[in-house]
Amino acid sequence: MSNSIIEFDQVVAGYTPSVTILNGTTLDARAGEITLLIGPNGAGKSTVLKTLFGMLVPRSGEVRFEGRRVNGKSQRELLAQGMAYVPQGRNLFASLSVLHNLELGGITLPRAERGPRMDEVLARFPRLLERIDNQASTLSGGEQKQLEIGRALLLRPRVLLIDEPSIGLSPRLVQEVMALLRQLADQGVTVLMVEQNVRTALKYSDRALVLEMGRLALDRPPAHLLDDPNLNRLFLGGHVPDPERLDAPMQER
Amino acid sequence: MTRTRLFMLAVALIAFGVLPFFLKSYGLYLLTLFCVYLMATYGLNLTVGYAGQMSLGHAAFFGIGAYHAAILLKLGWPFLLVLAIAAVACFIVGLALGFPALRVQHHYLAFATLGFNVLVFLMMRNEQTITGGTFGISAIPRPSLLGYSLDGAIPFFYFTYASTLTLVALLWWLLRSPWGRAFAALRDNPIRAESLGINITAYTLLAFAIGAACAGVGGVYFAALVGFIEPAPFHFSWSMTMLLAVIVGGSGRFFGPVLGTVIIVLLPEWLRGAQNWYLAVFGFLVVALMVWLPGGLSSIPDRFARKAAK
Ligand SMILES: Nc1ncnc2c1ncn2[C@@H]1O[C@H](COP(=O)(O)OP(=O)(O)OP(=O)(O)O)[C@@H](O)[C@H]1O
Ligand SMILES: [Mg+2]
Repeated sequence: MSNSIIEFDQVVAGYTPSVTILNGTTLDARAGEITLLIGPNGAGKSTVLKTLFGMLVPRSGEVRFEGRRVNGKSQRELLAQGMAYVPQGRNLFASLSVLHNLELGGITLPRAERGPRMDEVLARFPRLLERIDNQASTLSGGEQKQLEIGRALLLRPRVLLIDEPSIGLSPRLVQEVMALLRQLADQGVTVLMVEQNVRTALKYSDRALVLEMGRLALDRPPAHLLDDPNLNRLFLGGHVPDPERLDAPMQER
Repeated sequence: MTRTRLFMLAVALIAFGVLPFFLKSYGLYLLTLFCVYLMATYGLNLTVGYAGQMSLGHAAFFGIGAYHAAILLKLGWPFLLVLAIAAVACFIVGLALGFPALRVQHHYLAFATLGFNVLVFLMMRNEQTITGGTFGISAIPRPSLLGYSLDGAIPFFYFTYASTLTLVALLWWLLRSPWGRAFAALRDNPIRAESLGINITAYTLLAFAIGAACAGVGGVYFAALVGFIEPAPFHFSWSMTMLLAVIVGGSGRFFGPVLGTVIIVLLPEWLRGAQNWYLAVFGFLVVALMVWLPGGLSSIPDRFARKAAK
Protein backbone atom coordinates (compact mmCIF):
# COMPACT_ATOMS: atom_id res chain seq x y z
CA MET A 1 0.00 0.00 0.00
CA SER A 2 2.46 2.58 -1.19
CA ASN A 3 0.10 5.53 -1.48
CA SER A 4 -1.61 4.96 1.85
CA ILE A 5 -1.43 8.26 3.63
CA ILE A 6 -3.18 6.94 6.72
CA GLU A 7 -2.72 3.47 8.13
CA PHE A 8 -4.14 1.67 11.14
CA ASP A 9 -2.23 -1.45 11.98
CA GLN A 10 -3.91 -3.76 14.53
CA VAL A 11 -4.98 -0.78 16.60
CA VAL A 12 -6.59 -1.43 19.97
CA ALA A 13 -8.10 1.61 21.68
CA GLY A 14 -10.87 2.53 24.08
CA TYR A 15 -12.11 5.19 26.46
CA THR A 16 -12.01 3.20 29.68
CA PRO A 17 -9.47 0.62 30.82
CA SER A 18 -12.00 -2.20 30.84
CA VAL A 19 -13.63 -1.71 27.43
CA THR A 20 -11.90 -1.58 24.07
CA ILE A 21 -13.76 0.00 21.18
CA LEU A 22 -11.23 -0.62 18.44
CA ASN A 23 -10.34 -4.29 18.56
CA GLY A 24 -7.30 -4.68 16.37
CA THR A 25 -8.52 -2.36 13.64
CA THR A 26 -6.51 -2.45 10.43
CA LEU A 27 -7.42 -0.02 7.68
CA ASP A 28 -5.94 2.60 5.45
CA ALA A 29 -6.86 5.66 3.41
CA ARG A 30 -5.16 6.51 0.15
CA ALA A 31 -3.83 9.88 -0.87
CA GLY A 32 -6.18 12.10 -2.80
CA GLU A 33 -9.21 9.88 -2.27
CA ILE A 34 -12.40 10.22 -0.32
CA THR A 35 -12.54 7.22 1.94
CA LEU A 36 -15.93 6.69 3.45
CA LEU A 37 -16.14 4.98 6.81
CA ILE A 38 -19.54 3.49 7.52
CA GLY A 39 -21.04 1.02 9.93
CA PRO A 40 -23.75 0.64 12.54
CA ASN A 41 -24.09 2.98 15.51
CA GLY A 42 -21.44 2.37 18.09
CA ALA A 43 -19.19 0.48 15.68
CA GLY A 44 -16.32 2.81 16.51
CA LYS A 45 -16.27 5.06 13.45
CA SER A 46 -15.88 8.26 15.38
CA THR A 47 -13.38 6.50 17.60
CA VAL A 48 -11.21 5.79 14.56
CA LEU A 49 -11.10 9.50 13.76
CA LYS A 50 -10.45 10.47 17.37
CA THR A 51 -7.61 7.98 17.64
CA LEU A 52 -6.15 9.28 14.43
CA PHE A 53 -6.32 12.85 15.68
CA GLY A 54 -4.55 12.09 18.94
CA MET A 55 -7.56 12.30 21.23
CA LEU A 56 -7.17 8.67 22.23
CA VAL A 57 -3.87 6.87 22.66
CA PRO A 58 -3.90 3.36 21.20
CA ARG A 59 -3.23 0.61 23.70
CA SER A 60 -1.44 -1.39 21.07
CA GLY A 61 -0.91 -1.38 17.36
CA GLU A 62 0.29 1.47 15.27
CA VAL A 63 -1.27 4.52 13.65
CA ARG A 64 0.72 5.98 10.79
CA PHE A 65 0.33 9.26 8.96
CA GLU A 66 2.40 9.55 5.80
CA GLY A 67 4.37 6.56 6.91
CA ARG A 68 5.27 8.02 10.29
CA ARG A 69 4.04 6.59 13.54
CA VAL A 70 1.77 9.11 15.24
CA ASN A 71 0.49 7.16 18.27
CA GLY A 72 -0.01 9.54 21.15
CA LYS A 73 0.94 12.70 19.26
CA SER A 74 -0.82 15.83 20.41
CA GLN A 75 -3.49 17.48 18.33
CA ARG A 76 -1.23 20.45 17.84
CA GLU A 77 1.55 18.30 16.44
CA LEU A 78 -0.85 16.58 14.08
CA LEU A 79 -2.28 19.88 12.89
CA ALA A 80 1.25 21.03 12.20
CA GLN A 81 1.92 17.83 10.30
CA GLY A 82 -1.02 18.49 8.00
CA MET A 83 -4.01 16.77 9.53
CA ALA A 84 -7.30 18.52 10.26
CA TYR A 85 -10.40 17.26 12.02
CA VAL A 86 -14.00 18.38 11.85
CA PRO A 87 -15.84 16.58 14.66
CA GLN A 88 -19.43 15.45 14.66
CA GLY A 89 -22.09 17.98 15.60
CA ARG A 90 -21.71 21.69 16.10
CA ASN A 91 -18.16 22.82 16.53
CA LEU A 92 -18.31 26.56 16.26
CA PHE A 93 -17.85 28.96 19.12
CA ALA A 94 -21.40 30.21 19.18
CA SER A 95 -20.75 33.56 20.83
CA LEU A 96 -17.98 34.55 18.44
CA SER A 97 -18.41 36.01 14.97
CA VAL A 98 -17.78 34.16 11.73
CA LEU A 99 -14.54 36.06 11.30
CA HIS A 100 -13.32 35.23 14.78
CA ASN A 101 -14.23 31.59 14.50
CA LEU A 102 -12.29 31.39 11.29
CA GLU A 103 -9.37 33.26 12.78
CA LEU A 104 -9.13 30.77 15.65
CA GLY A 105 -8.57 28.02 13.12
CA GLY A 106 -5.36 29.78 12.21
CA ILE A 107 -4.22 30.49 15.74
CA THR A 108 -1.16 28.32 15.29
CA LEU A 109 -0.12 30.22 12.16
CA PRO A 110 2.27 33.14 12.16
CA ARG A 111 0.27 36.36 12.23
CA ALA A 112 1.45 37.50 8.79
CA GLU A 113 0.20 34.34 7.18
CA ARG A 114 -3.20 34.32 8.86
CA GLY A 115 -4.73 37.12 6.80
CA PRO A 116 -3.94 35.75 3.33
CA ARG A 117 -5.05 32.27 4.34
CA MET A 118 -8.35 33.62 5.59
CA ASP A 119 -8.88 35.46 2.31
CA GLU A 120 -8.11 32.25 0.51
CA VAL A 121 -10.71 30.31 2.48
CA LEU A 122 -13.32 33.05 2.22
CA ALA A 123 -12.88 33.15 -1.55
CA ARG A 124 -14.10 29.57 -1.53
CA PHE A 125 -17.14 30.40 0.62
CA PRO A 126 -18.77 33.62 -0.61
CA ARG A 127 -21.72 33.10 1.74
CA LEU A 128 -19.43 33.23 4.75
CA LEU A 129 -17.89 36.41 3.48
CA GLU A 130 -21.34 38.00 3.36
CA ARG A 131 -21.94 37.08 6.99
CA ILE A 132 -18.45 37.69 8.22
CA ASP A 133 -19.44 39.83 11.23
CA ASN A 134 -22.48 37.81 12.24
CA GLN A 135 -22.44 35.70 15.34
CA ALA A 136 -21.72 32.08 14.40
CA SER A 137 -24.90 30.90 16.13
CA THR A 138 -27.00 32.90 13.66
CA LEU A 139 -25.73 30.97 10.64
CA SER A 140 -27.83 28.33 8.97
CA GLY A 141 -26.81 24.71 9.42
CA GLY A 142 -25.20 24.55 6.01
CA GLU A 143 -23.29 27.77 6.55
CA GLN A 144 -22.08 26.51 9.90
CA LYS A 145 -20.72 23.37 8.30
CA GLN A 146 -19.04 25.47 5.63
CA LEU A 147 -17.43 27.57 8.32
CA GLU A 148 -16.23 24.49 10.17
CA ILE A 149 -14.72 23.06 7.03
CA GLY A 150 -13.27 26.43 6.07
CA ARG A 151 -11.73 26.75 9.49
CA ALA A 152 -10.12 23.34 9.09
CA LEU A 153 -8.81 24.29 5.65
CA LEU A 154 -7.05 27.34 7.02
CA LEU A 155 -4.00 25.24 7.83
CA ARG A 156 -4.01 23.78 4.30
CA PRO A 157 -4.24 20.21 5.56
CA ARG A 158 -3.21 17.27 3.42
CA VAL A 159 -5.67 15.08 5.26
CA LEU A 160 -9.14 16.09 6.37
CA LEU A 161 -10.99 13.94 8.88
CA ILE A 162 -14.68 14.73 8.96
CA ASP A 163 -17.32 13.11 11.14
CA GLU A 164 -20.93 13.03 9.87
CA PRO A 165 -20.95 16.36 8.06
CA SER A 166 -24.50 15.86 6.80
CA ILE A 167 -26.22 15.80 10.18
CA GLY A 168 -29.02 18.32 10.31
CA LEU A 169 -28.63 19.43 6.70
CA SER A 170 -31.28 19.38 4.01
CA PRO A 171 -30.66 16.98 1.11
CA ARG A 172 -29.60 19.85 -1.13
CA LEU A 173 -27.08 21.07 1.42
CA VAL A 174 -25.76 17.56 1.90
CA GLN A 175 -25.07 17.42 -1.82
CA GLU A 176 -23.34 20.76 -1.55
CA VAL A 177 -21.07 19.64 1.27
CA MET A 178 -20.26 16.39 -0.51
CA ALA A 179 -19.46 18.26 -3.72
CA LEU A 180 -17.14 20.49 -1.73
CA LEU A 181 -15.34 17.50 -0.26
CA ARG A 182 -15.09 15.99 -3.74
CA GLN A 183 -13.57 19.20 -5.01
CA LEU A 184 -11.05 19.19 -2.18
CA ALA A 185 -10.10 15.60 -2.88
CA ASP A 186 -9.65 16.39 -6.56
CA GLN A 187 -7.28 19.13 -5.49
CA GLY A 188 -5.23 16.57 -3.62
CA VAL A 189 -6.64 16.64 -0.10
CA THR A 190 -7.18 13.17 1.31
CA VAL A 191 -10.57 12.94 2.96
CA LEU A 192 -11.54 10.36 5.56
CA MET A 193 -15.24 10.76 6.18
CA VAL A 194 -17.69 9.09 8.54
CA GLU A 195 -21.23 9.38 7.26
CA GLN A 196 -24.65 7.90 7.99
CA ASN A 197 -26.12 9.34 4.85
CA VAL A 198 -24.62 6.40 3.04
CA ARG A 199 -26.31 6.50 -0.34
CA THR A 200 -25.42 10.09 -1.01
CA ALA A 201 -21.95 9.81 0.44
CA LEU A 202 -21.12 6.74 -1.59
CA LYS A 203 -21.74 8.66 -4.81
CA TYR A 204 -18.96 11.05 -3.95
CA SER A 205 -16.49 8.57 -2.48
CA ASP A 206 -13.66 6.59 -3.99
CA ARG A 207 -13.78 3.82 -1.50
CA ALA A 208 -15.97 2.56 1.29
CA LEU A 209 -14.84 0.86 4.48
CA VAL A 210 -17.40 -0.85 6.65
CA LEU A 211 -16.60 -0.99 10.32
CA GLU A 212 -18.29 -3.42 12.65
CA MET A 213 -17.55 -3.74 16.34
CA GLY A 214 -14.25 -2.01 15.97
CA ARG A 215 -13.00 -4.05 13.06
CA LEU A 216 -12.94 -3.60 9.35
CA ALA A 217 -15.67 -5.79 7.89
CA LEU A 218 -15.70 -4.75 4.24
CA ASP A 219 -13.51 -2.75 1.91
CA ARG A 220 -15.29 -1.99 -1.36
CA PRO A 221 -15.49 0.34 -4.28
CA PRO A 222 -18.64 2.39 -3.64
CA ALA A 223 -20.43 1.12 -6.74
CA HIS A 224 -20.41 -2.41 -5.36
CA LEU A 225 -21.86 -1.36 -2.06
CA LEU A 226 -24.59 0.70 -3.66
CA ASP A 227 -25.89 -2.42 -5.32
CA ASP A 228 -25.50 -4.49 -2.19
CA PRO A 229 -28.88 -5.68 -0.94
CA ASN A 230 -27.35 -5.92 2.50
CA LEU A 231 -26.53 -2.24 2.64
CA ASN A 232 -29.61 -1.33 4.60
CA ARG A 233 -29.34 -4.24 6.93
CA LEU A 234 -25.77 -3.30 7.63
CA PHE A 235 -26.83 -0.08 9.21
CA LEU A 236 -29.52 -1.60 11.25
CA GLY A 237 -26.76 -3.55 12.91
CA GLY A 238 -27.28 -6.87 11.18
CA HIS A 239 -24.25 -8.87 10.23
CA VAL A 240 -23.37 -9.36 6.60
CA PRO A 241 -23.14 -12.83 5.17
CA ASP A 242 -20.44 -12.29 2.62
CA PRO A 243 -17.67 -14.65 1.53
CA GLU A 244 -15.34 -11.77 0.90
CA ARG A 245 -15.39 -10.53 4.48
CA LEU A 246 -12.00 -9.54 5.76
CA ASP A 247 -12.60 -11.14 9.10
CA ALA A 248 -15.30 -13.31 10.55
CA PRO A 249 -17.97 -11.65 12.69
CA MET A 250 -17.00 -11.82 16.31
CA GLN A 251 -20.39 -13.10 17.32
CA GLU A 252 -23.93 -13.19 16.10
CA ARG A 253 -26.15 -10.47 17.41
CA MET B 1 -20.14 47.68 21.83
CA THR B 2 -23.16 49.71 20.84
CA ARG B 3 -23.30 53.48 20.64
CA THR B 4 -25.50 53.85 23.71
CA ARG B 5 -23.22 51.65 25.76
CA LEU B 6 -20.20 53.63 24.67
CA PHE B 7 -22.02 56.81 25.63
CA MET B 8 -22.94 55.40 29.03
CA LEU B 9 -19.37 54.36 29.59
CA ALA B 10 -18.10 57.84 28.74
CA VAL B 11 -20.62 59.40 31.12
CA ALA B 12 -19.59 57.01 33.91
CA LEU B 13 -15.88 57.71 33.35
CA ILE B 14 -16.41 61.48 33.43
CA ALA B 15 -18.68 61.27 36.48
CA PHE B 16 -16.02 59.27 38.28
CA GLY B 17 -13.44 61.83 37.21
CA VAL B 18 -15.31 64.76 38.79
CA LEU B 19 -16.10 62.90 42.02
CA PRO B 20 -13.01 64.27 43.84
CA PHE B 21 -14.53 67.76 43.83
CA PHE B 22 -17.36 66.52 46.01
CA LEU B 23 -15.31 64.47 48.42
CA LYS B 24 -13.38 65.11 51.61
CA SER B 25 -9.87 63.78 51.94
CA TYR B 26 -10.89 60.38 53.31
CA GLY B 27 -13.39 59.89 50.52
CA LEU B 28 -10.74 60.79 48.00
CA TYR B 29 -8.40 58.30 49.63
CA LEU B 30 -11.02 55.55 49.28
CA LEU B 31 -11.65 56.54 45.69
CA THR B 32 -7.95 56.21 44.92
CA LEU B 33 -7.77 52.96 46.85
CA PHE B 34 -10.65 51.71 44.72
CA CYS B 35 -8.63 52.41 41.56
CA VAL B 36 -5.63 50.64 43.07
CA TYR B 37 -7.59 47.51 43.90
CA LEU B 38 -9.26 47.66 40.52
CA MET B 39 -5.91 47.11 38.81
CA ALA B 40 -5.41 43.98 40.87
CA THR B 41 -8.94 42.63 40.47
CA TYR B 42 -8.89 43.21 36.71
CA GLY B 43 -5.79 41.04 36.62
CA LEU B 44 -7.47 38.43 38.78
CA ASN B 45 -10.52 38.46 36.52
CA LEU B 46 -8.24 37.53 33.63
CA THR B 47 -6.91 34.56 35.58
CA VAL B 48 -10.14 33.44 37.19
CA GLY B 49 -12.85 34.67 34.88
CA TYR B 50 -11.27 34.32 31.48
CA ALA B 51 -8.68 31.57 31.94
CA GLY B 52 -10.78 29.72 34.52
CA GLN B 53 -8.03 29.25 37.11
CA MET B 54 -8.56 29.54 40.86
CA SER B 55 -5.85 31.78 42.21
CA LEU B 56 -5.69 32.14 45.98
CA GLY B 57 -2.47 34.10 46.09
CA HIS B 58 -3.27 37.36 44.38
CA ALA B 59 -2.53 39.42 47.50
CA ALA B 60 1.01 38.04 47.48
CA PHE B 61 1.64 39.52 44.04
CA PHE B 62 0.01 42.74 45.20
CA GLY B 63 2.45 42.67 48.12
CA ILE B 64 5.47 41.90 45.96
CA GLY B 65 4.62 44.95 43.88
CA ALA B 66 4.14 47.06 47.00
CA TYR B 67 7.43 46.05 48.61
CA HIS B 68 9.31 46.59 45.37
CA ALA B 69 7.83 50.07 45.27
CA ALA B 70 8.53 50.81 48.93
CA ILE B 71 12.17 49.80 48.69
CA LEU B 72 13.00 51.18 45.27
CA LEU B 73 11.04 54.45 45.58
CA LYS B 74 12.85 55.16 48.83
CA LEU B 75 16.11 54.68 46.96
CA GLY B 76 14.91 57.44 44.67
CA TRP B 77 14.35 55.34 41.58
CA PRO B 78 11.99 56.80 38.99
CA PHE B 79 8.40 55.68 39.44
CA LEU B 80 7.83 54.33 35.95
CA LEU B 81 10.98 52.23 36.15
CA VAL B 82 9.86 50.85 39.52
CA LEU B 83 6.48 50.11 38.00
CA ALA B 84 8.05 48.18 35.13
CA ILE B 85 10.35 46.25 37.47
CA ALA B 86 7.50 45.28 39.78
CA ALA B 87 5.32 44.17 36.88
CA VAL B 88 8.06 42.10 35.29
CA ALA B 89 9.02 40.58 38.65
CA CYS B 90 5.44 39.50 39.33
CA PHE B 91 5.09 38.21 35.78
CA ILE B 92 8.20 36.05 36.15
CA VAL B 93 7.24 34.80 39.60
CA GLY B 94 3.78 34.06 38.18
CA LEU B 95 5.30 31.98 35.39
CA ALA B 96 7.57 30.15 37.81
CA LEU B 97 4.68 29.39 40.14
CA GLY B 98 2.14 28.55 37.47
CA PHE B 99 4.37 26.43 35.26
CA PRO B 100 4.71 23.40 37.54
CA ALA B 101 1.20 23.76 38.94
CA LEU B 102 -0.55 24.01 35.58
CA ARG B 103 1.47 21.24 34.05
CA VAL B 104 0.37 18.71 36.61
CA GLN B 105 -3.30 19.45 36.92
CA HIS B 106 -5.25 22.62 36.66
CA HIS B 107 -6.71 22.71 40.15
CA TYR B 108 -3.28 22.37 41.76
CA LEU B 109 -2.84 26.02 41.00
CA ALA B 110 -5.24 26.87 43.82
CA PHE B 111 -3.09 25.04 46.36
CA ALA B 112 0.17 26.30 44.91
CA THR B 113 -0.99 29.91 45.06
CA LEU B 114 -2.33 29.54 48.58
CA GLY B 115 0.96 28.11 49.81
CA PHE B 116 2.82 30.76 47.90
CA ASN B 117 0.83 33.51 49.59
CA VAL B 118 1.56 32.10 53.05
CA LEU B 119 5.26 31.88 52.19
CA VAL B 120 5.43 35.41 50.85
CA PHE B 121 3.61 36.72 53.91
CA LEU B 122 6.11 35.00 56.24
CA MET B 123 9.01 36.41 54.27
CA MET B 124 7.60 39.92 54.53
CA ARG B 125 7.22 39.50 58.26
CA ASN B 126 10.49 37.75 59.00
CA GLU B 127 13.03 39.21 56.60
CA GLN B 128 13.33 42.32 58.73
CA THR B 129 16.48 43.68 57.13
CA ILE B 130 14.74 44.00 53.78
CA THR B 131 11.06 44.40 54.60
CA GLY B 132 11.17 45.94 58.05
CA GLY B 133 9.22 42.98 59.42
CA THR B 134 6.01 43.82 61.26
CA PHE B 135 7.08 47.46 61.52
CA GLY B 136 6.97 47.65 57.77
CA ILE B 137 8.39 50.44 55.65
CA SER B 138 7.23 54.00 56.12
CA ALA B 139 7.69 57.37 54.45
CA ILE B 140 7.37 55.98 50.96
CA PRO B 141 7.52 58.98 48.63
CA ARG B 142 4.85 59.70 46.07
CA PRO B 143 6.10 59.98 42.52
CA SER B 144 6.56 63.04 40.42
CA LEU B 145 6.00 62.97 36.72
CA LEU B 146 7.98 65.14 34.29
CA GLY B 147 8.95 67.37 37.17
CA TYR B 148 5.35 67.75 38.34
CA SER B 149 4.84 66.49 41.88
CA LEU B 150 1.98 64.08 42.49
CA ASP B 151 2.18 64.52 46.26
CA GLY B 152 -1.26 66.03 46.67
CA ALA B 153 -4.29 63.80 47.06
CA ILE B 154 -6.02 65.15 43.96
CA PRO B 155 -3.08 64.91 41.53
CA PHE B 156 -2.28 61.46 42.83
CA PHE B 157 -5.88 60.42 42.35
CA TYR B 158 -5.87 61.55 38.72
CA PHE B 159 -2.57 59.86 38.11
CA THR B 160 -3.90 56.60 39.56
CA TYR B 161 -7.19 56.96 37.73
CA ALA B 162 -5.42 57.48 34.39
CA SER B 163 -3.13 54.53 35.10
CA THR B 164 -6.08 52.29 35.93
CA LEU B 165 -7.85 53.29 32.73
CA THR B 166 -4.69 52.56 30.76
CA LEU B 167 -4.36 49.13 32.32
CA VAL B 168 -8.02 48.33 31.75
CA ALA B 169 -7.77 49.52 28.14
CA LEU B 170 -4.74 47.29 27.62
CA LEU B 171 -6.66 44.30 28.95
CA TRP B 172 -9.60 45.19 26.72
CA TRP B 173 -7.30 45.25 23.72
CA LEU B 174 -5.67 42.00 24.82
CA LEU B 175 -8.97 40.20 25.18
CA ARG B 176 -10.04 41.36 21.75
CA SER B 177 -6.89 40.10 20.07
CA PRO B 178 -6.93 36.59 18.59
CA TRP B 179 -4.98 35.60 21.67
CA GLY B 180 -7.74 36.86 23.95
CA ARG B 181 -10.45 35.30 21.83
CA ALA B 182 -8.79 31.98 22.35
CA PHE B 183 -9.95 32.37 25.96
CA ALA B 184 -13.51 32.84 24.82
CA ALA B 185 -13.05 29.65 22.83
CA LEU B 186 -11.53 27.85 25.80
CA ARG B 187 -14.39 28.85 28.05
CA ASP B 188 -16.95 28.04 25.43
CA ASN B 189 -15.59 24.54 24.81
CA PRO B 190 -12.07 23.46 25.75
CA ILE B 191 -12.22 20.28 23.68
CA ARG B 192 -13.08 22.15 20.53
CA ALA B 193 -10.47 24.75 21.30
CA GLU B 194 -7.82 22.12 21.68
CA SER B 195 -8.77 20.50 18.39
CA LEU B 196 -7.87 23.80 16.73
CA GLY B 197 -4.41 23.58 18.21
CA ILE B 198 -4.89 26.06 21.04
CA ASN B 199 -2.28 25.24 23.65
CA ILE B 200 -4.43 25.32 26.74
CA THR B 201 -1.58 25.09 29.24
CA ALA B 202 0.44 27.86 27.65
CA TYR B 203 -2.58 30.14 27.41
CA THR B 204 -3.68 29.69 30.99
CA LEU B 205 -0.12 30.08 32.23
CA LEU B 206 0.27 33.34 30.38
CA ALA B 207 -3.09 34.57 31.66
CA PHE B 208 -2.03 33.73 35.20
CA ALA B 209 1.27 35.56 34.83
CA ILE B 210 -0.38 38.63 33.31
CA GLY B 211 -2.90 38.60 36.15
CA ALA B 212 -0.01 38.49 38.61
CA ALA B 213 1.70 41.40 36.87
CA CYS B 214 -1.50 43.47 37.15
CA ALA B 215 -1.55 42.77 40.89
CA GLY B 216 2.08 43.87 41.09
CA VAL B 217 1.22 47.13 39.33
CA GLY B 218 -1.66 47.69 41.74
CA GLY B 219 0.72 47.04 44.63
CA VAL B 220 3.09 49.76 43.47
CA TYR B 221 0.28 52.33 43.50
CA PHE B 222 -0.88 51.00 46.85
CA ALA B 223 2.53 51.65 48.41
CA ALA B 224 2.67 55.13 46.93
CA LEU B 225 -0.89 55.93 48.03
CA VAL B 226 -0.65 54.72 51.60
CA GLY B 227 2.98 55.77 52.10
CA PHE B 228 3.48 53.01 54.60
CA ILE B 229 3.33 49.26 54.17
CA GLU B 230 3.43 46.29 56.48
CA PRO B 231 2.60 42.62 55.79
CA ALA B 232 -1.08 42.69 56.88
CA PRO B 233 -2.71 43.82 53.62
CA PHE B 234 -0.94 41.00 51.81
CA HIS B 235 -2.21 38.23 54.02
CA PHE B 236 -3.93 35.45 52.11
CA SER B 237 -7.29 36.52 53.51
CA TRP B 238 -6.93 39.49 51.18
CA SER B 239 -6.49 37.07 48.31
CA MET B 240 -9.85 35.64 49.27
CA THR B 241 -11.32 39.13 49.38
CA MET B 242 -10.03 39.92 45.91
CA LEU B 243 -11.34 36.62 44.64
CA LEU B 244 -14.71 37.49 46.14
CA ALA B 245 -14.61 40.86 44.42
CA VAL B 246 -14.19 39.11 41.09
CA ILE B 247 -16.88 36.53 41.75
CA VAL B 248 -19.35 38.97 43.29
CA GLY B 249 -18.89 41.34 40.37
CA GLY B 250 -19.36 38.55 37.86
CA SER B 251 -16.23 36.68 36.88
CA GLY B 252 -15.37 36.63 33.21
CA ARG B 253 -17.39 39.80 32.59
CA PHE B 254 -15.26 42.65 31.50
CA PHE B 255 -16.79 45.21 33.85
CA GLY B 256 -17.39 42.70 36.63
CA PRO B 257 -14.43 43.77 38.76
CA VAL B 258 -15.72 47.35 38.91
CA LEU B 259 -18.84 46.40 40.84
CA GLY B 260 -17.07 43.73 42.85
CA THR B 261 -14.33 46.08 43.93
CA VAL B 262 -16.80 48.77 44.98
CA ILE B 263 -18.33 46.30 47.36
CA ILE B 264 -15.03 45.03 48.65
CA VAL B 265 -13.47 48.45 49.22
CA LEU B 266 -16.45 50.48 50.31
CA LEU B 267 -18.75 48.09 52.07
CA PRO B 268 -16.30 47.42 54.91
CA GLU B 269 -16.18 51.18 55.46
CA TRP B 270 -19.94 51.55 55.56
CA LEU B 271 -20.36 48.53 57.75
CA ARG B 272 -17.66 49.65 60.13
CA GLY B 273 -20.37 50.71 62.57
CA ALA B 274 -21.34 47.08 62.81
CA GLN B 275 -17.95 46.48 64.44
CA ASN B 276 -17.32 42.77 64.96
CA TRP B 277 -20.55 41.97 63.20
CA TYR B 278 -19.10 43.32 60.06
CA LEU B 279 -17.59 40.02 58.94
CA ALA B 280 -20.80 38.14 59.62
CA VAL B 281 -22.95 40.68 57.79
CA PHE B 282 -20.49 40.74 54.95
CA GLY B 283 -20.35 36.97 54.74
CA PHE B 284 -24.13 36.77 54.75
CA LEU B 285 -24.44 39.29 51.95
CA VAL B 286 -21.95 37.37 49.84
CA VAL B 287 -23.71 34.06 50.36
CA ALA B 288 -27.07 35.64 49.62
CA LEU B 289 -25.69 37.09 46.43
CA MET B 290 -24.22 33.79 45.34
CA VAL B 291 -27.57 32.12 45.87
CA TRP B 292 -29.77 34.72 44.18
CA LEU B 293 -27.34 36.02 41.62
CA PRO B 294 -24.77 33.41 40.71
CA GLY B 295 -23.65 35.40 37.67
CA GLY B 296 -22.54 38.25 39.92
CA LEU B 297 -23.77 41.82 40.17
CA SER B 298 -23.01 42.64 36.56
CA SER B 299 -25.45 39.99 35.41
CA ILE B 300 -28.39 42.03 36.74
CA PRO B 301 -29.08 43.85 33.43
CA ASP B 302 -29.07 40.53 31.54
CA ARG B 303 -31.50 39.15 34.03
CA PHE B 304 -33.91 42.01 33.53
CA ALA B 305 -33.52 41.70 29.79
CA ARG B 306 -34.41 38.03 29.99
CA LYS B 307 -37.42 38.72 32.21
CA ALA B 308 -38.60 41.39 29.80
CA ALA B 309 -38.24 39.00 26.89
CA LYS B 310 -40.51 36.46 28.54
N1 LIG C 1 -16.18 9.68 25.34
C1 LIG C 1 -16.53 8.38 25.46
N2 LIG C 1 -16.39 7.75 26.65
C2 LIG C 1 -16.75 6.45 26.78
N3 LIG C 1 -17.26 5.70 25.81
C3 LIG C 1 -17.43 6.27 24.60
C4 LIG C 1 -17.08 7.65 24.37
N4 LIG C 1 -17.36 7.94 23.09
C5 LIG C 1 -17.87 6.81 22.54
N5 LIG C 1 -17.91 5.81 23.44
C6 LIG C 1 -18.35 4.44 23.19
O1 LIG C 1 -17.56 3.89 22.16
C7 LIG C 1 -18.36 3.13 21.28
C8 LIG C 1 -18.10 3.55 19.87
O2 LIG C 1 -18.43 4.90 19.74
P1 LIG C 1 -18.24 5.74 18.41
O3 LIG C 1 -18.63 7.12 18.72
O4 LIG C 1 -16.89 5.49 17.86
O5 LIG C 1 -19.30 5.05 17.47
P2 LIG C 1 -19.75 5.46 16.03
O6 LIG C 1 -19.45 4.31 15.16
O7 LIG C 1 -19.21 6.77 15.65
O8 LIG C 1 -21.31 5.55 16.24
P3 LIG C 1 -22.37 6.62 15.73
O9 LIG C 1 -22.78 6.14 14.38
O10 LIG C 1 -23.48 6.50 16.71
O11 LIG C 1 -21.73 7.95 15.72
C9 LIG C 1 -19.79 3.29 21.73
O12 LIG C 1 -20.16 2.13 22.41
C10 LIG C 1 -19.77 4.46 22.68
O13 LIG C 1 -20.68 4.25 23.72
MG1 LIG D 1 -19.93 8.74 15.52
